[in-house]
Amino acid sequence: MAFLKLIMFLKDYIKDVFGAIKSLATGMKRTGYYFTHHKEIITQQYPDNRETLHLPERFKGEVVMPHDENNEHRCTGCTACELACPNGTIKVVTKFDITPDGKKKKAIDKLVYHLELCTMCNLCIEACPSDAIKMAQTFEHSVFDRAQLTKVLNKPGSKIMDGVE
Amino acid sequence: MWSFSKIANIIHEWLSQTFNVTWTTIIEMVIAGVAVISLFAVLGLVLVIMERKVSAWMQIRLGPNRVGPKGLLQSLADTLKLLVKEGMTPNGADKFLFNLAPFIAMMVAMLLLAPIAFAKDFQLWDLNIGVLYVSAISSISVISILMAGWASNNKYSLLGAMRSGAQIVSYELSAGLSVLAIVVLTGSLQLSEIVNSQANGWWIFKGHIPAIIAFITFIIAVTAETNRAPFDLAEAESELTAGFHTEYSGMKFALFFLAEYANVFIVCAIGATLFLGGWMPFHIGNWNGFNNIMDWIPSSVWFFGKTFFLIFLIMWFRWTFPRLRIDQLLNLEWKYLLPISMVNILLVTAMAILKWHF
Amino acid sequence: MYRETQIVSDVAKTPLTGEGTFTINVGPQHPATHGVLHLVITLNGETILNIEPHLGYIHRSIEKMCESLTYRQFIYVTSRMDYLSAHINNHACALCVEKGMQIEIPSRAQVIRVLMDELTRIASHELWWGAMAMDVGAFTPFFHAFRERETINDIMEETCGARLTMNYMVPGGVMYDIHPNFQKRVKDFLQLYKRKIHEYDELVTGNIIFQNRMKGVGVLTAEDVISYGCTGPVARGSGVSSDIRKLYPYEIYDKLEFDEVLETAGDSFARYLIRLREMNQSIRIVEQLIDNIPEGDFQAKTKAVLKLPKGEFYQRVETARGELGVYIVSEGGTTPYRIKFRSPGFSNLSILNHMVKGSKIGDLIAAMGTLDLVIPDIDR
Ligand code: SF4
Ligand code: SF4
Repeated sequence: MAFLKLIMFLKDYIKDVFGAIKSLATGMKRTGYYFTHHKEIITQQYPDNRETLHLPERFKGEVVMPHDENNEHRCTGCTACELACPNGTIKVVTKFDITPDGKKKKAIDKLVYHLELCTMCNLCIEACPSDAIKMAQTFEHSVFDRAQLTKVLNKPGSKIMDGVE
Repeated sequence: MWSFSKIANIIHEWLSQTFNVTWTTIIEMVIAGVAVISLFAVLGLVLVIMERKVSAWMQIRLGPNRVGPKGLLQSLADTLKLLVKEGMTPNGADKFLFNLAPFIAMMVAMLLLAPIAFAKDFQLWDLNIGVLYVSAISSISVISILMAGWASNNKYSLLGAMRSGAQIVSYELSAGLSVLAIVVLTGSLQLSEIVNSQANGWWIFKGHIPAIIAFITFIIAVTAETNRAPFDLAEAESELTAGFHTEYSGMKFALFFLAEYANVFIVCAIGATLFLGGWMPFHIGNWNGFNNIMDWIPSSVWFFGKTFFLIFLIMWFRWTFPRLRIDQLLNLEWKYLLPISMVNILLVTAMAILKWHF
Repeated sequence: MYRETQIVSDVAKTPLTGEGTFTINVGPQHPATHGVLHLVITLNGETILNIEPHLGYIHRSIEKMCESLTYRQFIYVTSRMDYLSAHINNHACALCVEKGMQIEIPSRAQVIRVLMDELTRIASHELWWGAMAMDVGAFTPFFHAFRERETINDIMEETCGARLTMNYMVPGGVMYDIHPNFQKRVKDFLQLYKRKIHEYDELVTGNIIFQNRMKGVGVLTAEDVISYGCTGPVARGSGVSSDIRKLYPYEIYDKLEFDEVLETAGDSFARYLIRLREMNQSIRIVEQLIDNIPEGDFQAKTKAVLKLPKGEFYQRVETARGELGVYIVSEGGTTPYRIKFRSPGFSNLSILNHMVKGSKIGDLIAAMGTLDLVIPDIDR
């Protein structure tokens, strides 16, 4: 009886050892496969692949205001974006233009955008009634001086497009 | 054809013609010392880049590829960085022991190099108890780790050092027993004798299954002895941050790092000598043409090829397996490896007496 | 099973100070805490006597912040709580606001939301799997997990415009429609996943060392789990059914076919298996939905300024880590009067001391890994 027990014990013991070795060998086969198959490598060599690196068009990198060739934008200065922004990233500074027929008209002087505060939540763009701002796909934002991150989105001398109210 | 032994003989002859015996010995010692140090420097560079590339490819990455052609000089840049870094000694540390520990680790590695046969008839010191010498010296390395852990005055370091103490002391047993298997088969403790006994076939082939079991035990035990994953409990990155060398920086850290790689090289070299025939070429029975081609490959290439194959095996382990827990580590030794190698040595002895091996 | 009752009762008797014991700080910077968690551990040799988590290193007072934001604005902040399941957090908030305002959500939006949730759950579990393997000392699986996770992140980037903090769910639906490539890329991902998932078993699950590290470690009984308020895979690993998607179905979960994965062992390995199988269930959900996205609006028409009626609103969802509850008290204005988040990580962390008392340091790391803690979720 005791002998039988010993045999059983030895059988289990040897089975244990072989099971363990087999499980380890399976893992080693897997890593060995990747060691020899360099086609599977997924590294992207980032600064080298700048030319071929395409970010999807919806990528939220930075808020910009598109201007057309006449240096005109679509912003009316309604401050909807400023109100929508959860953390005070956008500051709309308005002024009053004198239209040719002598009337006063509200327009933007500056649309100040603090990139360092922006969380890229897209709420301002959703809020803008005249599609004046959009997200750009830039992402290399680091600069040496924090002041450079405070941007004025409308270009100097730009004015509002005709027909945008 | 040029070989290491020829170069050594030419130097020796030239020296003994030019100087008297004492000076010859002194100059030869200096040359050997310089050779050992430069071998270590080169080994460090080669093994670090090898490890980084091996790990990268297993992890579907590219690995270092910026410094030098294909990133091969990366480890040189790393060394430079470590050289110019400040070697800090923490305030509460035992300054003397703290600074001594990395040197002891390095010294042990250097001493171990003495009896290894790098090529045919090329050996620093062919002492007649080579195997015993290696096992004796390699146990000293635990002292450097304990010293580092204790002197750092850091609880993580101490825990790492204590783990390493328990680990190395227990794994020494099965490493010794598996080495003993070959000693029994050869009947000699001298490493050159052991290599010569494998002229007609390596022990791993000649010794049937017991030799293979001894080989596997040996590889597992030396992986544990050199503190490599899956037995890297002394460092245990995710548990003890860096274990016994948490407080080390700069060149002192580099020495520990280098000593680890040097130790890996040495244990693999010994493994290759004992089980894979050292510098002996690979021969099959009486296929004379094949055997002649194998003979044509220089013996040093054979030796380094085998050693690096074993090193690769150990790296492969490291980048595949998770780490054991301290009690499992000791279980593995005392419940599995030790009984197995004891039974194994019995088998080997029986085999040697009955002359069952080829 | 070396952690026998004997050891535990010994540990309970050992005084926490004096000869033979010492304290050690794990964190706030430590490779295994995956963030700025600080554990003060009392040890006797390698045996853990007591663990005291110190929180608050990444407390940003998100709840207070939300009180000054409108119902449209406060959602984006919640992406920063449990950043690995940002979609699901946003989803909970959006659902709670919708509940208060009684907005009907178009069915297309519902399907998109569920798809995004499940993809997020897979991505979160992938990352956890890699980190778990790294905690027990295997580095390679981490990179393999990231291969699949990156694919999901790319899908997110294409549709939502961001990889981690998407802010895609808005009250009334989703912010914009799915990208035209979305369906194709999700199907590609499903294929990749099916091709690679067996490697997870080869590399980690079947590995004898890993199994020994996980089995019988950090055992939690069903009573423990319930009394500490644990949810998610931690509770299900001990056999406590706690899947909010099944118990309190929201969106279209009651119409979907999937199983709640349950294990009864209660040890680390059970929790590990739960997460692996949950990924397969999420894949099942995605497969059911990806070809059946109904046509229609992706967003319900809502007023420009949202106002919740006076009252209290609560909504719970199942994130990758467990039950997330959003509790809004409204005074009828445009901003909430008070917001409280019931985050899964906090309750799951509280069981840590109970779980690993009397184990070795190595077990602490392995067991803590299976709790899948995200520290910003705990501190908020
Ligand atoms: S993206 Fe969000 S945070 Fe940035 S400016 Fe727009 S609303 Fe403000
Ligand atoms: S960007 Fe749009 S929302 Fe902002 S002020 Fe101009 S028009 Fe109004």
